[in-house]
Amino acid sequence: MSRPMGDSHKRFLQTLMSNGIISSLQAKALHRHCCETHGAHYSPDRLDEFIDVINTQLQPMFMYIRKGMSEEDGVQYYALVNTAETDITRMSSDYADNELELFRKTMDLIVDSENGAASSTDVLNCADSLQTKKLKKKETELVLNKFVQDKWLNEKQGVYTLSTRCIIEMEQYMRLIYQDLIKVCHVCQNVAIQSQICENPACGIKMHLPCVARYFKGRNDPHCPSCNDFWAHEIPEIRQSQSEGSQSQSSSAAPAPTPSTSSTRRSRRS
Amino acid sequence: MSQRKRVATAGSQSKLARRSQQVVLDEDDDGDASFTQLTSSQVQKARENFTSVQVDRKVAEVVQFILIKDQKKIPIRRADIVKHVIKEYKALYQDIIKRVDRTFEQVFGLKLVEIDSKNHIYILINKLQPVPGEPISMCPGNPKTGLLFVILSIIFMKGGTVKENVVWNTLKKLRVDVGEKHEEFGDVKKVVTDEFVRQKYLEYLRIPHTEPLEYEFRWGQRAEKEVSKMKVLEFIGELHSQEPQTWTQQYREASSGESSQR
Repeated sequence: MSRPMGDSHKRFLQTLMSNGIISSLQAKALHRHCCETHGAHYSPDRLDEFIDVINTQLQPMFMYIRKGMSEEDGVQYYALVNTAETDITRMSSDYADNELELFRKTMDLIVDSENGAASSTDVLNCADSLQTKKLKKKETELVLNKFVQDKWLNEKQGVYTLSTRCIIEMEQYMRLIYQDLIKVCHVCQNVAIQSQICENPACGIKMHLPCVARYFKGRNDPHCPSCNDFWAHEIPEIRQSQSEGSQSQSSSAAPAPTPSTSSTRRSRRS
Repeated sequence: MSQRKRVATAGSQSKLARRSQQVVLDEDDDGDASFTQLTSSQVQKARENFTSVQVDRKVAEVVQFILIKDQKKIPIRRADIVKHVIKEYKALYQDIIKRVDRTFEQVFGLKLVEIDSKNHIYILINKLQPVPGEPISMCPGNPKTGLLFVILSIIFMKGGTVKENVVWNTLKKLRVDVGEKHEEFGDVKKVVTDEFVRQKYLEYLRIPHTEPLEYEFRWGQRAEKEVSKMKVLEFIGELHSQEPQTWTQQYREASSGESSQR
């Protein structure tokens, strides 16, 4: 039953691979662009099917295009996951051993923390006690910058959090390494690193901020869905981008592609 | 397959027959003797030793390995694939690499090309052409692609070989001064003569008997396989507001390039 991949699928996959992660809006635009470039039948609400075709062919390679949510703004993203990896080996070709160790330690700090974040000071302290090879302050700052550029970490005002790409791609690794330390969001059941926690010590369920925003929308007396205690945190507003991400977009939202010039000779029917 | 079986039953001990009994991966002299001394029965036995699930796994691992190496555009050595990934499945190398090749074509739209048949070095080239209007760049944040394309154009229009000074002078006219640190490219000379050469997009060759030493540029093997000469000519045509056919010599070369690249 597995459909072979057409050039439109291959182009989508290549672009996803070279970008590492794309938002669902970008994915929709890319889907359209790939189908039009290769003269494939295009239907805007068929993106999931389109990706399924790719995933079926990727399965023997232990790869998978997975959808995940940003913990910051609730936007949906697509990233390529390696299902055979049980380590952060996918980073290993880009970083030295001590840099990888620093990443693991940073992730430890973040997972251990209550707010799912680590300050640069804490990370710098780690750099000083690496087992592989110590990193100096300047070197650590450069490596951290690289992590951010390569989309493994987010940084805001000296505080580091796990990026959406990191969470999507390394969820399997994190569940394996951290076991019970990793909790899932009560609402969406996905790994929750940055989250709000129920104040009731006997309860302690976690919810992503975008999930809290959606769950408690319009209610001015929020209660924990599990233990019914008052939910003592500030309820964030639903962000504009969040609502866009969860609805199906009309094709007018995607940027109009330029008409193909002489690509007709090269375009293949898929 | 049947051909190998026929050869295996030949049985004669003459040097010629012994040679033909071998599943010769190629006449390699890279010192890796164990490759050429595989008999077809050894390969058959290896096929029986490992389950198809195990072999499937190896194929997946080789695909991953090559993809990672290719991210950096580093040519991949067969010796490395065997040493780091294939390991004890060595006898099945041909089977595995054939499937890897097919996977690259059918799933990723890439092609595994051997650019050095003596030392067995591969590159992965893109079978899909870059097209205008990509909503997300295929090479995000890579202005170097533009720089490379300009240089490839210069070389192509000049007949395939060009003295380095011609390239530097042309770039200078485009405000890319090889002597100064460039805002986007940094050390331009390093990018062009080192990075692009290592990635096999360009060749930077000494011109013999030149005093002082001079170098010339040619298209590298990756460029030959990946870049459409017709696209280059169309780009030049647009620059000069002329039809590509205006340059008859280059047009002829570009047209024949098209058919061979398919």
